[in-house]
Amino acid sequence: MNDVLTIDSAIVEAIVAHARRDHPDEACGVVAGPIGSDLPTRHIAMDNAARSMTFYEFDSMEQLRVWREMDDNDEEPVVIYHSHTATEAYPSRTDISFAGEPGAHYLLVSTREPDSEEIRSFRIVDGVVTEEEVNIVDATVDA
Amino acid sequence: MAIEVRVPTILRSYTGGAKVVEGSGDTLSGLIDDLDAKHSGLKGRLITPEGGLHRFVNIYVNDEDVRFLGALDAKVSDGDSVTILPAVAGGALGFAAAAALLGRPSNHPATAPGTTEGE
Repeated sequence: MNDVLTIDSAIVEAIVAHARRDHPDEACGVVAGPIGSDLPTRHIAMDNAARSMTFYEFDSMEQLRVWREMDDNDEEPVVIYHSHTATEAYPSRTDISFAGEPGAHYLLVSTREPDSEEIRSFRIVDGVVTEEEVNIVDATVDA
Repeated sequence: MAIEVRVPTILRSYTGGAKVVEGSGDTLSGLIDDLDAKHSGLKGRLITPEGGLHRFVNIYVNDEDVRFLGALDAKVSDGDSVTILPAVAGGALGFAAAAALLGRPSNHPATAPGTTEGE
């Protein structure tokens, strides 16, 4: 398992735009990529069914549709992201309790500062949080 | 003919790595008992000690969320397809407070009731 998330700048921009758009509610979504590639290539903004400033939850039916789609495309959720809108970009106890994709990079974006974003990435496996480097690169995908 | 059950990565340690397993039962509850007999420990990841469906998973019968089908009483029959996915949720709010907000019990052993830890 890598200790770095390599992600295209266009995808990061799309995630940040989503987080800003939904601020002060938390925003959430997925970046799918080919199974085993560890490369996030397809950004999917998800609805926050909780529509809350302090909680997010994928809509279960939307999730089933998106997870099916990934299955059909031989993709997996390489990145699962959400925003914290008033606190730092570090996984909360809630985030850790729910983290159910051991292969995913959990990307957090904090939008508490209006002019800058804090973007951090973590592995969360069996309740253990490991921060990893975020390597933002240009043009790994056509976004 | 049996009921096909799709198992997410996080629960495949209970199924010997299998992505799809088969089971039988008349209700979701019965199916889970049958699965647990073959894949010991699986039930504890799907059902809380209080006997409710776990917040950490979504279970679908033929593409319908079982929470809309009677939860553990949802009817199942041979030929049905059941999908288990990890629920994707979280957020800055403490777990117990989040559960209370959603009107659902907090079942995480690491979090005492009423705890409102943030960050």
